Amino acid sequence: MGKMPDGKARTALADDVLVPDPNLPPTAVDEAVQEAEERKWTPRKIAIWAAIALLGGVAWFMLAIVRGETVNAIWFVFASVCTYLIGYRFYSKVIERYITRPNDRRATPAEYKADGKDYVRTDRNVLFGHHFAAIAGAGPLVGPVIAAQMGYLPGTIWIIIGVVLAGAVQDYLVLFFSMRRGGRSLGQMAREELGVIGGTAALIATLLIMVIIVAILALVVVNALGESPWGVFSVGMTIPIALFMGVYLRFLRPGKVLEVSLIGFVLLMAAIIGGGIVAETEWGAAFFHLDKVTIAWGLIVYGFIAAILPVWLLLAPRDYLSTFMKIGVIVMLALAIIVVRPEITVPAFSEFASRENGPVFPGALFPFLFVTIACGALSGFHALISSGTTPKLIEKERQTRLIGYGGMLMESFVAIMALVAAISIDRGLYFAMNSPAALTGGTVETAATWVNSLGLAGVNLTPDLLAETARNVGEESIVSRTGGAPTLAVGLAHIMQQFIGGTAMMAFWYHFAIMFEALFILTAVDAGTRVARFMLQDSIGNFIPKFKEHSWRPGAWLCTAVMVGAWGAVLLMGVTDPLGGINTLFPLFGIANQLLAAIALSVCMAIAAKRASFKYLWIVALPLAFAAVVTITASFQKIFSPVPAVGYFANNAAFSKALADGKTEFGTAKTVAAMEAVVRNTMIQGWLSVIFVVLSIIVIITAMIATVKAFRNESAGIGHDDHEDPAVPSRGYAPAGLIPTAAERELVAQWNKLPAELRLEKPAHH
Amino acid sequence: MSAILDGFRGFARYFGSVMGADAYAKYLEHHTASGHQDAPMSEREFWRDHTDRQDSNPQGRCC
Repeated sequence: MGKMPDGKARTALADDVLVPDPNLPPTAVDEAVQEAEERKWTPRKIAIWAAIALLGGVAWFMLAIVRGETVNAIWFVFASVCTYLIGYRFYSKVIERYITRPNDRRATPAEYKADGKDYVRTDRNVLFGHHFAAIAGAGPLVGPVIAAQMGYLPGTIWIIIGVVLAGAVQDYLVLFFSMRRGGRSLGQMAREELGVIGGTAALIATLLIMVIIVAILALVVVNALGESPWGVFSVGMTIPIALFMGVYLRFLRPGKVLEVSLIGFVLLMAAIIGGGIVAETEWGAAFFHLDKVTIAWGLIVYGFIAAILPVWLLLAPRDYLSTFMKIGVIVMLALAIIVVRPEITVPAFSEFASRENGPVFPGALFPFLFVTIACGALSGFHALISSGTTPKLIEKERQTRLIGYGGMLMESFVAIMALVAAISIDRGLYFAMNSPAALTGGTVETAATWVNSLGLAGVNLTPDLLAETARNVGEESIVSRTGGAPTLAVGLAHIMQQFIGGTAMMAFWYHFAIMFEALFILTAVDAGTRVARFMLQDSIGNFIPKFKEHSWRPGAWLCTAVMVGAWGAVLLMGVTDPLGGINTLFPLFGIANQLLAAIALSVCMAIAAKRASFKYLWIVALPLAFAAVVTITASFQKIFSPVPAVGYFANNAAFSKALADGKTEFGTAKTVAAMEAVVRNTMIQGWLSVIFVVLSIIVIITAMIATVKAFRNESAGIGHDDHEDPAVPSRGYAPAGLIPTAAERELVAQWNKLPAELRLEKPAHH
Repeated sequence: MSAILDGFRGFARYFGSVMGADAYAKYLEHHTASGHQDAPMSEREFWRDHTDRQDSNPQGRCC
């Protein structure tokens, strides 16, 4: 690292205490050598980066400027990958140089707290996969699909640019700062940096946000499984499969994780194929044909039981299965898109991009596109993962850039692929699937008529196409299958059948996609309920100490019931909502997730300010300002907008007035009970928005106060507590990036020559 | 042929590590390296402890 921008080497103080063991080779590449290596531009290096920039530029040109009749999906791959590479190589290095300033001579928690269990030094490439599996789930697969209402370009730009400047920055900073604090959680860091008020507000906001996120993820599953015997059977089978895997791992062959995952995978495939056979039979169709309310109740009961069962029985084995599927599916989807290269006929900006009455989600492009796509561009939930597990596994400080920043780029790529899959299907089909039944009427004829009446360019939907697609994917109907998951599944089936199996395989691929999305979501629901339960127990424990004992059953069960009750209530509200559910609640999901991001970035800004990175504070302030403006504007519109489709309270007033006038139907609500439901739901949704935005504003303001205070202290020459763990000299070495540099390789060679008894562990890895 | 087999083995090992299959091996490595006098946990004990600790220390999974 070179000189600090303000001329002072702040970490130098800490570095002075680090006395390396004289018997060991250096634990970091010499700064001058590293600097020279980075600054040296060989012709080969210049040629490679010029080619990447050129290819990326051409791809963006094809997507954004040319926009012919059709655009090939391969340009999405090139535009995203080239932009990620440039962002990773150049922007993340700026962050490393001026904000995080990692020091490889300092031991990481995995080294100085090593216990062989929670704190374990993990090879960087393995940890990259591990971290990616923990952050990526159904979110990046759903948001971009819903946002495709606006056309492909707004979503694509936000996903790619957003991740480089916002999402990956947040993940990297939280990971690094948490690592410097022994793997402390975001809540603990907020408490330390922002004080009691800011910390408490952050904690309550996090808890509420988790409830909303779990509820809406559950709603996506319910919508995908409603009236789908095949889906219900195959997803239901994941429970006995996971239980079997749990018993196998506990009693039969402990520790054979890969083996049991393979067995589980084979059983899962059998469940998908079996689901098709069962759904064909009369009894199967009758028994597994469940309406959404029944499935929602089933999910609530399941959620409670799953969260109080021991981890080994259900959660851990399903987590293995979910990780296994996640990596497999994403590799498969990427390969399929590259091989098939579908032609996209969706316009860059659709008719709804300039309006605020889109049927899939209401509201104008700004701010609602930016909250609809949260995961994949900027996801606050990641801050909870980046603080906690991953920082306890990092081997060397400089690897945080690869894992934090790089891991998030990978998730963004998943979001781009989901977008491509969703827009590769017919546009008319897209709107028929994603608009609520209140608009489409629920049958193929009414849906086709309604979609054609929208006046979308190039759309001429026939009832036959809807019926045929439903038949191909093995469903009774695909009209108004909202929530994003079914659309992605149709898109994926459409691409995959060109890759493997043809039309005959479409039903399999559709249910394969539904299955893995459900698997990711159920894992997130279980884990989310558990994490939220512990947070609630700790919070209540401040008043009633008994609750802090996590093994105290009545407390654990009561808190689990409260959390499940909370998300269950929101879920039922969404399922029974006469207005459609997803279109009213999904914005709340995005707002919640982005507000969490604003909270995480606020904490990062306060920390960065204490480290005197003032000149480059804009790196944190930029995404924070954007997230704050987007979410606060979106919240205000949801609260104050006079347009009933957008504003919760405006809608509430409209329906209340209709009821007062004695009307028996209003808008899409056809009965008095439905109208009363709308009044109730909008009131709850409105107040939730109010609470979120107030809590987040409190956190942002306290963070700004902390930042200003740090600035004043700095100019007055007063030191401040940085809350970092004390620096301990490292006793090992490993390269920072995916591909080691020449200097890194040389150092690894030195370490490899070291006698075994002096080594902490072999630094060289696969 | 052997190169393909090696590649496949390497991939399986990587995949297994990402899933956490090598946790016991890492624990043993740590146990030996830190010079504990007492005997390490058996594989069965280790995995029991591994999941039981997750009961009181839940890890989030993202959306």
